Amino acid sequence: MTAQVAWALPGWAYGAITILGMALVTALSRGFFLWSKRDVRLPDPLQRALQVAPLAAIVAVTAPEILMTHGELIGTWREARLPAALAATAFYAWRPGVLGPLLAGLAVYMPLHIGLGW
Amino acid sequence: MHLHDLSRDRHFRHGASDMLAFGPGLAAWGLVTGVAMTQSGLGVGLSILMSVTVYAGSAQLASLPLLASGAPMWVIWASAFCVNLRFVIFSSQWRVHLGHLPRRRRLVLGYLLADLNLVVFQKAWPKRDVHETGQARYAAGGAVAVWTVWQVSSLAGILLSSLVPLSWGLGFAGTLSMLGIAYSLLTDRTAWIAAIVSAAAAVAAFALPLKLNILVAIAAAVAASVVMAKTGRPAERAS
Repeated sequence: MTAQVAWALPGWAYGAITILGMALVTALSRGFFLWSKRDVRLPDPLQRALQVAPLAAIVAVTAPEILMTHGELIGTWREARLPAALAATAFYAWRPGVLGPLLAGLAVYMPLHIGLGW
Repeated sequence: MHLHDLSRDRHFRHGASDMLAFGPGLAAWGLVTGVAMTQSGLGVGLSILMSVTVYAGSAQLASLPLLASGAPMWVIWASAFCVNLRFVIFSSQWRVHLGHLPRRRRLVLGYLLADLNLVVFQKAWPKRDVHETGQARYAAGGAVAVWTVWQVSSLAGILLSSLVPLSWGLGFAGTLSMLGIAYSLLTDRTAWIAAIVSAAAAVAAFALPLKLNILVAIAAAVAASVVMAKTGRPAERAS
């Protein structure tokens, strides 16, 4: 059926329908347990264990961005992201926050990355 | 409650200002996502439509190669759902805090709540299995803040895509600000172990398609936390 739609619709309309469908997917997934009118509660032990899920998700997104390149662990020191992450970590240890570590990391990253091409 | 009244609410303002600390990192990420959408050949109009309606950065980025290669709609929707599966888990957490709202309002608010919203929310309201007054307004403040920063920066990326050099690695700014928030969540032993397990699993499972390594990492961290709850001392778990 999608093939017929693709054939009948101009490209932008096909793209727009695809995108609006994706928007529905966002709403469905973010509202999954908000939908029911009854009070849905997972079993308490599971609910408690799921409390680490947001931290785990953030770490799961961040760790490969820092440690990997082209799908493999970084195997060289000539990689700006490693010293940048170390600088951000050191800054955080000194003064916890968000903006400080970000700027410290960028201060190391930008010269190495743009200047030296690491 | 209308947005106008909300904007004077203490909890709403608090939620918004807590989130604005992440503004710079979030903006860098939005900018990069905007550039990536336009440069994938999506066009300015569809890129704006995607940013405004889909409003899920990782799913947007995952869909771009599929859209460019003319993949069938259902494949794109299914992959967006896979990338968004973590939100299904998050929504069970939001249910605790937003369950009292009328259904339509909690669905609208839920649609607007991204990863960062829950993470920052959990820092502000450490008692995670109880509902407290002001939580919905706090969440709404954070939602408006993230939405505004993300959409403005994403729009800038879409419109200025030819001027923003991706080779500068601006996306790394987003990663660095995520690093800061991850550190701030490492408050007890359970969190440390969950983070270490998650990082290892995310790297090990990186080859999986559709960013499913993120889901694997969450599952591994949750499993580790179950084991810790069974073996650890109750006093420590309660923290």
